[in-house]
Amino acid sequence: MIEVDGVTKAYGSGKTRFLALDNVTVTIRKNEFFTLLGPSGCGKTTLLRVIAGFVDPTSGTVTMDGADLLKLPPYARPVNTVFQSYALFPHLTVRQNIAFGLEMLGKPRAEITQTVDEMMALVQMTKMADRQTGQISGGQQQRVALARALAPKPKVLLLDEPLSALDFKLRKDMQIELKRLQTETGITFIFVTHDQEEALTMSDRIAVMSAGAIRQIGSPRDIYDHPAERFVADFIGDTNFLPAEILSEADGVVQVRLGSGAEIAARPVEGAGRGAVTLAVRPEHATLGPEAGALLPGTLRNIVYFGTDTHYHVALDGGDSFVVRAQNQPDRASAVAEGDRVGITFPPGVGQVLRD
Amino acid sequence: MADLARTRERRELRTRWLLLTPALIILFIAASGPLLITLIYSFLTPGDYGGVQWKFSTDAWFNVVFQRDIFDDTLGFADAHLSIFWRSVKLSLMTTVGAVILGFPTAYFIATRPANRRDFWMLLIMIPFWTNLLIRTFAVMELIRNEGTINTVLMALGIIDEPIQMLFTEFAIMVGMLYVYLPLMVLPLYASMERLDFSLVEAGYDLYATRLAVLRRIILPLVKPGLIAGSILVFVPSLGAYVTPRVMGGGKQLMLGNLIELQFGQGRNWPLGAALSITLLAIVMVALIFYVKSAGKEEVGHG
Ligand SMILES: Nc1ncnc2c1ncn2[C@@H]1O[C@H](COP(=O)(O)OP(=O)(O)OP(=O)(O)O)[C@@H](O)[C@H]1O
Ligand SMILES: [Mg+2]
Repeated sequence: MIEVDGVTKAYGSGKTRFLALDNVTVTIRKNEFFTLLGPSGCGKTTLLRVIAGFVDPTSGTVTMDGADLLKLPPYARPVNTVFQSYALFPHLTVRQNIAFGLEMLGKPRAEITQTVDEMMALVQMTKMADRQTGQISGGQQQRVALARALAPKPKVLLLDEPLSALDFKLRKDMQIELKRLQTETGITFIFVTHDQEEALTMSDRIAVMSAGAIRQIGSPRDIYDHPAERFVADFIGDTNFLPAEILSEADGVVQVRLGSGAEIAARPVEGAGRGAVTLAVRPEHATLGPEAGALLPGTLRNIVYFGTDTHYHVALDGGDSFVVRAQNQPDRASAVAEGDRVGITFPPGVGQVLRD
Repeated sequence: MADLARTRERRELRTRWLLLTPALIILFIAASGPLLITLIYSFLTPGDYGGVQWKFSTDAWFNVVFQRDIFDDTLGFADAHLSIFWRSVKLSLMTTVGAVILGFPTAYFIATRPANRRDFWMLLIMIPFWTNLLIRTFAVMELIRNEGTINTVLMALGIIDEPIQMLFTEFAIMVGMLYVYLPLMVLPLYASMERLDFSLVEAGYDLYATRLAVLRRIILPLVKPGLIAGSILVFVPSLGAYVTPRVMGGGKQLMLGNLIELQFGQGRNWPLGAALSITLLAIVMVALIFYVKSAGKEEVGHG
């Protein structure tokens, strides 16, 4: 278990002072596939480097199973990294690269050979064992980097966008392989990506970061279905934002009034104000129907066909816009046309109040 | 298709040789010409007032290593020459090792500065290099002579009672050469370190390598070309150094360069001077071949 508590990392000083990490607190559980997700420059790599020991935080503590990690130099931490740039040793072969960590730990020769063979089989690189790392493809380098970090059997593996350089097909294969590895070896994975789909499919839990701070931590379903703030809702998936007013709150459900005057139950969020709030509704959670009896009346502006589904862009009467996504059925053209008066409906409890 | 490609290849090769010919001719005249003259002179008889007599003789070569006793005509090793050879090789090796010990951290320091500061540090390394060799040597002399800076300071501090004799010793020659040739070590080392990907160093630390292990297993193998180039650039001119041993050794501690100069000057024995020059060249060649071979072999052992 890794506990990061109040970690801040400042670069520069005075006017140019800049917080790459801003009071980050997070607990990563044993055997967890934990993902750091966020836009470029939000501090993901910096947080990994703090855990690996390449960056000293300005303040805050990092402990592993209760022991202070910050006191240990990088080479004494039971943590291995798959670097964003692979960082394979160019003067060593594939086999020697994978053996490096084990040799440094002073393992006996026979054990090293056996483990390296296992690792090469695992990442399917046995045939290229004696190649120089400059003579293998990018995807193969990535697998060697992974094997090299896995070979010493660390307690925690840090992966910094390890799949970002791969093509779509290889990337999908590697995602499955990584997930399998993580479950089989029981190693805690801390995985960095800015690909939301990758994060949603692979993770046990996701931390969404922005501007050096963690905005929300939760399971993929939590994060997607119940984003706590506008940034998270916006960053992951498509979302409709609606102005709303909280009328009452009871038993973990709030009653809100929408712009159209309609009232419906929604999910509350800790720390939201009382009166005017923003409500998030995913496009696929809403349905398009006749104007009469709908929650939100409006005019259909645009129909965009996507193959698997169709997006209906609706101009609400209040002036906001709203997108409804409907799954396509074979050979059934949509019953509505651009310019039609339509109504939007979504079930109670689907809307999520945001903290803003 | 293959035939066509082969003809074109052959034609290209011929053009390349044609284009190279002028350069090769100049290179041959400039490099081999003097060498050839030196070689011929080493097999002639010394003239009475310097110069040579066109009479074949192997005396010069004989005298490089052996000497006849003036009184009983017995054959013995030319101890004076051999000790100068030995001193030259020893001091050059020590200078090279010293240059690695001082140059490596220096180059590493510069290579790890922010990119926009490195030029400034390199400039500091280069400034002495652009200064006249004699002036630089006298500067070192000023530091270590008996009334010089180091002795004055040590005496003022009461650490020593009388000056330490440093000037006119082998130590002085080595310090002088080290100072003069250090930039030649820093430059190629820096060039290869600047290209070094420092994320590899981090990867080493990440995989449980201590500082020493990272230095030995990662940094050294990767900057080896620079290390070899720097060592050659320091060792070769050290072996033939003339000015520095002359000034710092005060004419008492001769090196090969001084011995050769002596034969062409006061000694009036040009053939011996020529034979010694060729010997110096031979030592350099043997040392280089040995060094490059052993360095190359280690690489194969790694791969
Ligand atoms: N050594 C440094 N000096 C100054 N600023 C730095 C330094 N290292 C990182 N930063 C800044 O800290 C911020 C966070 O950087 P970090 O590398 O953690 O981003 P990231 O989330 O990994 O981005 P990406 O997805 O592009 O890899 C960035 O704005 C970056 O410019
Ligand atoms: Mg990054």
